[in-house]
Amino acid sequence: MHPAPSVILFTTLSGLGFGLLAFLGIGQPPVTGWVAFVFYVIAYGLAVGGLLASTFHLGNRKNAIKAFSQWRTSWLSREAWLSVFALVAMGLYAAGAVFGSVLIAPIGIIGAALSVATVYSTSMIYAQLKTVPRWNQPLTPVLFLSLSLAGGAMLAAATMVAIPLLVLAGVIQLAWWWQGDRRFGEAGSTLATATGLGAIGTPRQFEPPHTGTNYLMKEMVFVVGRKHARKLRTIAFAAMIVFPVLMLLVSGGHLAAGLAILSHLAGTLISRWLYFAEAEHVVGLYYGAR
Amino acid sequence: MTALPETTDKKLGLVIDLDTCVGCHACVVACKGWNTENYGAPLSDVDPYGGDPVGSFLNRVHSYEVEPKDGPAQVVHFPKSCLHCEDAPCVTVCPTGASYKRAEDGIVLVDESACMGCGLCAWACPYGAREMDQVAGIMKKCTLCVDRIYNENLEEVDRVPACVRTCPAGARHFGDLGDPDSDVSKLVAARGGIDLMPEQGTKPVNKYLPPRIKDRISRTQAALEPVADTPTGLLGWVDRALEKL
Ligand code: SF4
Ligand code: SF4
Repeated sequence: MHPAPSVILFTTLSGLGFGLLAFLGIGQPPVTGWVAFVFYVIAYGLAVGGLLASTFHLGNRKNAIKAFSQWRTSWLSREAWLSVFALVAMGLYAAGAVFGSVLIAPIGIIGAALSVATVYSTSMIYAQLKTVPRWNQPLTPVLFLSLSLAGGAMLAAATMVAIPLLVLAGVIQLAWWWQGDRRFGEAGSTLATATGLGAIGTPRQFEPPHTGTNYLMKEMVFVVGRKHARKLRTIAFAAMIVFPVLMLLVSGGHLAAGLAILSHLAGTLISRWLYFAEAEHVVGLYYGAR
Repeated sequence: MTALPETTDKKLGLVIDLDTCVGCHACVVACKGWNTENYGAPLSDVDPYGGDPVGSFLNRVHSYEVEPKDGPAQVVHFPKSCLHCEDAPCVTVCPTGASYKRAEDGIVLVDESACMGCGLCAWACPYGAREMDQVAGIMKKCTLCVDRIYNENLEEVDRVPACVRTCPAGARHFGDLGDPDSDVSKLVAARGGIDLMPEQGTKPVNKYLPPRIKDRISRTQAALEPVADTPTGLLGWVDRALEKL
């Protein structure tokens, strides 16, 4: 799949933002006043910035408001609602914390739950697609949630929670890669099933339908970046998990925490780039590719 | 709206004969023509006369080669457009309600005035049947020529999809695949019509008729065997005479 920067930024930043909101909602840290203001600016900046980035890949933005209409069937529509609910609930909670110096726990907990649900719905947009076997696995939502919570814990300066969450996210990331590499084979689609010609013999592409490219090939048959996938996985894992964990273990200072967060963000962006670049859509089979 | 209908009264669709298709791409051109000149946003071309042309098409013809174990390879031309799936995953993922499947005839359509161009439906389709128009920013797909098949202004013979009407080889058939007595259903039964990627669980309405078994060289081999190893008559005399020299 084409790794569009808008979608990579959207899933990464809003994941972090909603992760932080989830921690703030359960009173971690129990900040009020100006300190709370700064925390909420960061959280809303990430969450809303990510959501705005996602609208950049729309071909016809003026109909974006209609995306709220199909929540009964569409995960994208559910995500739209959940993100608004989460932002409103956490907005109320934030207003109490910043202006009234009160933490209204019930609202915070509801806001935290909605924030987590938003990340879940984002992940389900991908996990539901049978056409992209690598994404279509139960670990996909777990991966999104664990990364969001680990990043959120780091931003919330909840170091004691952040370390185990990072380790957990790391284990899930490895398992997801391991499983993901097998998914296309498991799903069972081949050029033989795609064309139904398998009964005769082994089909192969003789001639493509056109000499140039097309929307499908640009969007779904992205094969360019896979060459360095193994190296990039290592870099992503080191930056996203290993370095932040070490930083948090050796020092409790602001500098170490800041470096850990930046490294985690960079690593997550690489991992998310791979998430798209390595994902193979079954339509590639028709074009003699994967 | 993006909930799929439980059942549809009819299942209008295409039957494509892979044995007959000659790969002329006439259906591709007819489709592009009709759907650019009529309903909805035109199917744009970007850089059409330049070095890197790219355009939107609702129907494309692939070509594959398949080699049986006991025979020579054969080429199969393979037209592909929306299969108007019964369990259309493209419809249920759509957040805006732009994508829908009609309860009356099963045609899967995009309401262009509601589409936001997110592209998720194209991701959900296993067959590459949906293309986002690069100029309009709107999702385009085969409409089964919904503006022809019910169009009283056209001669009756023209009330079929443009691709079917134009195919010079008669490789494309249009009809109600939900009616077991329809011509298309009988054709599918007689020729063992198949679903593409059945493992994706989309239950496509369109069916493909596999190529018939081709004659094998081995069967005609007998006719090509030499009838005699040693020549007789005049040729035999020449042969023997030359041998002696
Ligand atoms: S072929 Fe693709 S676009 Fe057409 S109904 Fe099936 S899934 Fe949808
Ligand atoms: S591109 Fe349009 S039709 Fe397709 S899912 Fe998005 S809004 Fe729906």
